[in-house]
Parts: sequence; structure tokens; C-alpha cells
Amino acid sequence: MRYLPLTDRDRRDMLAAIGVDSIDALFADVPDAARLPDLLDLPTAKGELEVERLLSQMAARNIPAGSVPFFVGGGAYRHHIPAAVDHLVQRGEFLTSYTPYQPELAQGTLQYLFEFQTQVALLTGMEVANASLYDGATACAEAVMMANRLTRRGKAVLSGGLHPHYREVCETYARFVGFDLAVQDPLPDGDEDLAGLLGRDISCVVVQSPDFFGEIRDYSGLARTCHDAGALLVVVVTEILSLGAICPPGEMGADIVAAEGQSLGNALNFGGPHLGLFASRNKFVRQMPGRLAGQTVDADGRRGWVLTLSTREQHIRREKATSNICTNSGLCALAFTIHLTLLGETGLTRLARLNHAAAVTLAERLGRIPGIRILNRAFFNEFALRLPRPATAVVDALAEKGVLAGIPVSRLYPERTELANTLLVAVTETVTPDDMDRFEREIGEALS
Amino acid sequence: MNTVRFTRDHEWVRLDGDLAVVGITDYAQSQLGDVVYVELPEIGHRVEKGKEAAVVESVKAASEVYAPVSGEVAEINDTLGAEPAQVNADPMGAGWFIKLRLDDARELDDLMDEEGYKRFVEEQH
Amino acid sequence: MNDWSRALSNRAVEDLAIPATTAGGNRGLQIEEKLIFEQDSPGRCGVDLIEAPSFRARLGGLERQGVIGLPGLSEPQVVRHFTRLSQKNYAIDSGLYPLGSCTMKHNPRLNEKLARLPGFADIHPLQPASTVPGALALIDTLAHWLKILTGMPAIALSPGAGAHGELCGIMSIRAALEARGERRSRVLVPESAHGTNPATAAACGYSVDSVAGNRRGRVDVAVLKATLDADVAALMLTNPNTCGLFEDQILEIAAAVHEAGAFFYCDGANFNAIVGRVRPADLGIDCMHLNLHKTFSTPHGGGGPGSGPVALAGNLAAYAPLPWLVHGPDGLELVEHKQNQALRAIGRLKGFHGQMGMFVRALAYMMSHGADGLRQVAEDAVLNANYLRVRLENDLSVSFPGPCMHEALFDDGFLKDTGITTLDFAKALIDEGYHPMTVYFPLVVHGALLIEPTETESKASLDEFADTLKALAAKARSGEAAGFRAAPRWTPRRRLDETAAARKPILRWDPATVDRQAEK
Repeated sequence: MRYLPLTDRDRRDMLAAIGVDSIDALFADVPDAARLPDLLDLPTAKGELEVERLLSQMAARNIPAGSVPFFVGGGAYRHHIPAAVDHLVQRGEFLTSYTPYQPELAQGTLQYLFEFQTQVALLTGMEVANASLYDGATACAEAVMMANRLTRRGKAVLSGGLHPHYREVCETYARFVGFDLAVQDPLPDGDEDLAGLLGRDISCVVVQSPDFFGEIRDYSGLARTCHDAGALLVVVVTEILSLGAICPPGEMGADIVAAEGQSLGNALNFGGPHLGLFASRNKFVRQMPGRLAGQTVDADGRRGWVLTLSTREQHIRREKATSNICTNSGLCALAFTIHLTLLGETGLTRLARLNHAAAVTLAERLGRIPGIRILNRAFFNEFALRLPRPATAVVDALAEKGVLAGIPVSRLYPERTELANTLLVAVTETVTPDDMDRFEREIGEALS
Repeated sequence: MNTVRFTRDHEWVRLDGDLAVVGITDYAQSQLGDVVYVELPEIGHRVEKGKEAAVVESVKAASEVYAPVSGEVAEINDTLGAEPAQVNADPMGAGWFIKLRLDDARELDDLMDEEGYKRFVEEQH
Repeated sequence: MNDWSRALSNRAVEDLAIPATTAGGNRGLQIEEKLIFEQDSPGRCGVDLIEAPSFRARLGGLERQGVIGLPGLSEPQVVRHFTRLSQKNYAIDSGLYPLGSCTMKHNPRLNEKLARLPGFADIHPLQPASTVPGALALIDTLAHWLKILTGMPAIALSPGAGAHGELCGIMSIRAALEARGERRSRVLVPESAHGTNPATAAACGYSVDSVAGNRRGRVDVAVLKATLDADVAALMLTNPNTCGLFEDQILEIAAAVHEAGAFFYCDGANFNAIVGRVRPADLGIDCMHLNLHKTFSTPHGGGGPGSGPVALAGNLAAYAPLPWLVHGPDGLELVEHKQNQALRAIGRLKGFHGQMGMFVRALAYMMSHGADGLRQVAEDAVLNANYLRVRLENDLSVSFPGPCMHEALFDDGFLKDTGITTLDFAKALIDEGYHPMTVYFPLVVHGALLIEPTETESKASLDEFADTLKALAAKARSGEAAGFRAAPRWTPRRRLDETAAARKPILRWDPATVDRQAEK
């Protein structure tokens, strides 16, 4: 067996050194009733060739985004990842290393985490960011819990523009961790009055920018109103690339930013692993969940980095931890850092502009098709269409024709019949003019 | 009269006029290691004897500081924000945490005196 | 000895080596590398992108104003930067990584190749399910393997890591109790438990009570029974436990827990010791999270991503978080809402469907080993740990008598009166070319050293490691405390000031911050 270095001779010698007759003696503590006499009912060992064949067959049954005109977004976006990123993250010293608890042996990891934290703070316009969480949805729940701790209040207002998965995760945590939510209805073509919901029991208002339907709004006024009421503003960003083109949450007065970083450096991966980003103000740092890389000096006075403020974390505070989180999304954060370093200021702004331009182009073309209405006033690289018919059937019909047309909102809001005709369409730099032609043609046909 | 009393959780308390000054002992700070942060209650906050009043953090540990007596927080040592190291350097003096307006001075009576605390610490080993 | 070799003798080299400075600060292959922000050239870019044609923007007047502050580097510079950073890290690929309860086994490269197949990597969770039948089949196959290995009828696959899996488990237990109309308020956790266990229970609103261990390093069953009552929701146990020992009274423990009407949760971090040889269901466990990044070889990646699926007994399956993958009349179906059979699901714990990238890797690993190989994994893991235990038992202090499972626990008894702490010993081990074992955990012994070699270490590798530890222990006893306290000396950085980092946190680069680097 190729991954097991011990030979039978080794095993015999080692058992002798230990002073037992057989390996079973070392499992003597297992109760008789729990001892498995035979192998479990699973296939036996296979060589690489066979495993590759089996899994490749499974993979081949799926339609990859890159093989068809592709317009699916909704919190996960298909972007081009430069070749260097994947080579670098696969270096063994990154791939197979552990959490940097022994900093002298992990300056590589700690330095890139420091760079990552800085990049996230710069992008979001915030003062400090952590070393990542599992994904945007859990980051959002963590943001609400942090706001509860900071304000000592127990109820959060969730905008109707928040991604339904993010709302659902907040609901799960609210139920079990013990706090309340005031969930607003989705309003794809309207404006909410969130300020009117503030009160002495509200810890935070959670908005998303661009929101689930792609709409972009200025939340500066809401930020001021929240602060006047003693509440915090949490801004969620599901398409991190948008911050290359639009005003960042920090400049709007956000107190906490919970975001999804998958768009940079990380493939779609059918939804995971993704990358939770979390940023806030310096004065709140001790209430932040997750790991933090901090700068310091070593015994020779040279600059270096360590994990710091660990006393917030579960392995020290135990019951009183800010969160039970142990793992971050390390390698995904590294991929993000590398991709963003390759892009730099010029590349990121150019890439964001390309996305927006492509989306504007397609939106204008689709908006001219009879029966289709664009719901957004403003958008970045994703917008919402109102179709004359239920969107699910249209998407399925286009899928048959080899076009992945977007997300029918009813997939995430099955009970809201008023949203059944709404379709989310995302357009990134990976969409070609040909793709747009085919989409326009196929959807025109499907609707006629 | 400037008698200090000690708790089994290694806090000390000393009367200063009508206020009770509270901190952690030299033994406690040596166990904790370098103090990096102290979380103090707000002025006006009520604490109860035996319940959490503050938190003291070192790099590797975070410890609750329990109120040796009940009362209302009258003053807090806000120099600890910039200089948490004072807790290590001068735990019984400049490293004080809070000053309480005492509910009942008799609560001091069931705490250990200096000799008693010394013996208690020795027994810990 | 000639002049040349005399000059290079150990003594001469040591005299030269402290302090060793070069003109530029590098040391051979150890290269100093600045931050990316210190290598900026405005306008420079490592990606070639076309300019967007002119168009009328529709950003609602909310265009980003001003500069973001991101540095500009070319591709060669970026590749060099991150390559140099990688060279400062220790990794499984470089050497034995003896971290207890982390299971630092070899990460097969086949896993990486297969996870990157476009059919797995380039598919969107919300594209029509009819376009991803292979993805659903993969998830279903993984679930099948995990069900057989655990003996449990249901697996919740969405948790993003072990701690997340614990949360899933405790939430499911609470939901089940609430469905029974019960409000229990306590969770029991052994004093040797990992910090995530009490953190998880507390997060779910439970008060946490610690259960003492006995002299044999296991849960004290009498103490446990005395504290079990109708207010206990669950016992959270790790088995084998964090002392590396199998809880031999586990059936009795399970019976007592169930008799009190409570649930038996198992932290599956140490599953590597028993995989393929013991099924948790047969031990009376109701709920157990697995760590795909431990037992099933998905890479640790410097801290993540992980994956923490949770095996559930029949009485908890109904509460599993969304989404569910079920066998419907027309084949595999993704259930994404609390409808029909998923009505009582606790809801969503994460966006989308779970860590698919880790599912592919874990399944490739399982298929490679098979039922026979996985059983061999557990046996070799236990064999390796016991071999180290006996090789070291006269040099380090074994904490509990008798055989261990996949990890061996020592304490700092052997360092008594040397003036050297467990931490100093660990730092000296770094100079010997090894990542230290887990130190100061579990808390039940003083100055703990927990060693888990895993099954992917050869006997030669174990012998080298044992020889090094024996030599270090001897050095410690011979009164060389100063050397230990100065360790490590040969790493890219020596011991770092963690106190300063926590007192005055510097958590990002800032152009306005004065650099603390003392070196000119």
C-alpha cells in the first residue's frame, strides 16, 4: 500500500520491541462487543489508476462552468485564476503545514496572513481584519454575535437584500445561541426602511452590498442612524471583486464587514471550500472571532509575526471564547492573497471595470427583449430580471440548450410566489461576446 | 489601619478610606506570565462577592478576577490599558484593578490575612 | 586532522556561528523577504487584462473614490515572494510532524489532482441539479463510506471544520431534546477535553461541567455517574481520549448516559486510531464529528480549510442541517429547504452544500486505501505510537501506564530540577529539525508533551526522531539549561516576543507605522 511505509518485517520488529505478540494486544481496551471480526463492507484498496478512473467518471457527468455560456452567481462567482496561483498554493510547505502555533517554523504562513489581513482591510476600508473564517455566511452570523456582545443587546435586523443562505445561517445560530432576528422581506424592486426598525433592543442592522438582487446602495445615512441608536452597521459583501469598483463599506460607516472572498484565487468548487472575510474597527478587535496574525520582533530584534490575541479563542478561553472556531480557511486565504498580489491596484480596478462593463452590456441587450425587465437601478456584475414566466422553467430550458442562464430566485425562495419570475444573472470577465449572443438568442426563443 | 486580606482565588483587598482596593497577588501574576490586557468593569457597576469582576489576560491564559467583597465600582485603574505590565511589576500597588464602595466591611472578616495566605500558597505546591 | 578540517571543526564553526551575520542578512538558502507592500511600484501589474471599452457605468454614483492601497508587482516577483515565504515553513512534506490529535499524515497528491478536475472544481452549487449528477453521486458515495465506517445511519456533510461539526452535533442534540419537550441545561466534558468542546456547548446555551479523570487517564466512571442527572443534555467524549488512551469503560459510560436520557457525543479527532477496526455506533455513540483533514488526509493548508461531517444515530437524523442529499424516486435529490422529510432540520450552518473540494480528496483517499487499507492505517498508527512510547519511556516521563493508542502522552517530570520547561524542550527540538509535538495539552498533566507520529512515518523516521529526543533529554539532564532557553537558534526567526504582540497589536501593514525592525 503506497501510503504505508511500514513493511511486515518492520511491524514484527516493532511489536517485539514493544513486547506484545500481535497488534491485537494493543487494541485490548476495545470491548469485545465492539471488535470488528472482518473487514467492513467496502471496496478494498485501489491503485491510482483505478481511483482516477472512478472519480473522473463521476466528474465527467457534470457540466463545468467553463464549457458553456455561464451566468450563475448568487454568492459564488466564476473568475479567471492566473496559473501561478494554483502552483504556489500546492507547494508542500504551504499545502501540508499546520496552523502556525510554533511561529519560528511558520514565518511563511504568518507573513502571508499579515499581508492577507492588510489586503482585506484595504479592500473593505476597515481598520483591521482577521485571518479568515469558513465562508461569508458563517462570517455574517459571527458578525451578528459580535455586535450582540459589543452592544449587550440581543436582536439584529436583517435586510431583505441579504443572501438567503446567510440569513438562514443567522437563523440557525439565533435559535441555538439565543438571540433574535427581525428578518425583512426581500424587495427586489424597492427600498426598505431599515432605520425605522431601530430601537433600544437592536444590536445591529445587517445589509448586503451589492445585495442579493445585485442592487448597490449608499448606506452612509443608515450608518449614522444606527450609531445614533447605539447599534452597529454590519455590511455583507458576497462578491469581493465589487470593491474594486464601488465605495467600500468602511467609507460608508460600517462597523463590521462580513464577506465572501471566493471570487479571488478560489474556484467555485461546488460551494466549498470558500473563504470568509471579517473586518472591523480597532476598538472592537478583542471581540473579533477567528485568528489574528500580529507583528512583533524576535530575540535578535528582527521583525517577525505570531498569532496573537489568542486568549479570545477556544483553546484558551474554553467556555468564554468569542467563538468556537478553530480552523480558518488558510489555503483559500493564501490563494486570495496571491491572486490579489498579482492583480495589484491597477489589475483589480481594471478587472472590476471589465466585469461591470460586461454586465452592463448584457443587461442592456436583455432589457430590450420583449417581456424582460431589469429590476436594478444600479448593479456591479449581477442583476435581477423579471421574466414574463416562471424563471425555473426558463433556466431548465436553456440548460437543455447548453446555456447556464443564472439562478431562478425561487430556488432560494420557494415559498415566495411573487419572486417566481425573477432571475439572477451574473456576468464576469470570463463571459465572451459569443456567450452573450447565445444567451440572448436562447432566452428570446424560450420566451416567445 | 492598612490591613490586606486575600482570597483563595489569589485576589487581595485593602481598605483605603471608605473604598476597598482590589487586585491580584504576586503569586497570581507569576502564574499568569506577562499580562497583556485587563478587562475592567464600568464605574457604577455592581459586583458581588465571589462573582466575576474583571478579566486578566496573559499571552497563554485568561483568568477571571472575582470580587473579594460586594460593592459598587467607584474607580478603575485605567493606566492598565496602556501599561498592563504594572500588574506583573507591582501587583499589590500600581497594578491595582478596581476600587469598590463596600456594602459590608464584615465581608473582609472571612478572608485570609497575610500569614494565612502565605500558608495557603505553600500548600498549593 | 588537517588545517582545513580543523578550521571547520564543530568548535570553530560554533564560534563563528554566534552571531553570524552576512552583508545582506540572508543565510544561504534562508532569504529575508519584505512584505508585498514594501515592494510596490505603482501601475505595475502581474496580470494582463484588456481595458474595458468605454461604456456608461451603472454604479449608482457609488464609484470607489481614491486609491485602495494595493501594491503592484509583476508575476516573477510574486512567484519569488511566495516561494521564499514557503521556504520558511515546516511541513509534513519536509519532516515528521508529531502534533498530538492533529493526525499529520501524508497528503496524497492524487487527491489534489482529482479535486482540480473541472467536473468537480468548476461547477457552481446553484447551477441546475440536473447538470451536476456526478457531484451528487460523489457526495453520496462519500456519505456511504462514512456511514459504513461509523456504523451510523446518517451523515451531515455541511459543517466546514471539526469545531463546526461539534456545533452541528450539539445543536442537533438540543433540537432532539426540545422535540421531546425537554429543556436540559448541562453538558458534561472530561477535564482532558479539547477547548472547542466546552466552547461549543457554552455557545449553545449549556453550562459546562468538567468530569475528572482517574489515575489511568480515563474518565472516572463513578464521578460521571454521580454527576449524571435528568438535567444533562449530553456527554462530549473524545475516544481515544486526548491522553491517547481508549476509554475501556465506554459501553458502561454510554449506558449511564442513555439511562439519564442524555445523548452521547463523540469528538472524532482521534478516529485514526480505530478506523476500520471499531465502529463508533457499536460503542453507543449517538453523534460524532469526523475531521476529513485529520483521519482522511485532506491537507491542513497552514490552518484550513477543513471539513467536519457529523455522523448521526437514528434518533438525531431528522435534525441534520440543510442541505440533505436523499435517494428520491428519480435518483439523488438535493433538499435545500425545511420541507417534507427535512421539516425538523435545524437549518443551515453554512452557505451552499459543504466542502466539496475536501469531499473529493477524502473519497480519493478512502478508495485508495479501501476497507483493508484503512484498517491497516489504524493498526500502523497505533503501532508507531507505541513503538515511540517504549523507545522513549526511560528518557521522557510517560504519564499513564500501559499501552497507548495512536498518540503517546508524556509530561515534564523528566525535566524536574533542570530549570528547563516543556516549552524550552520543544524549542530545542526545533533546532534539531523537527516541529515540536503538541505541548501543554491536555491540561490534566503538567507540561504535557503529546506525540502522534501517524501511520505514514517509516520505522527509520521514528528511530531518528526517538534518537533525537533521547539525546535532547540527556542534554537537558546534564545541566545545559541556557542552551535550551536560547533555542531555537537556526530558524529564520528566533523566539518571538508574543507579549509585545498582544500588548500593542499590530495587525496590518500601515504606511504610517514605524517599522520595528532593529536591524539596519
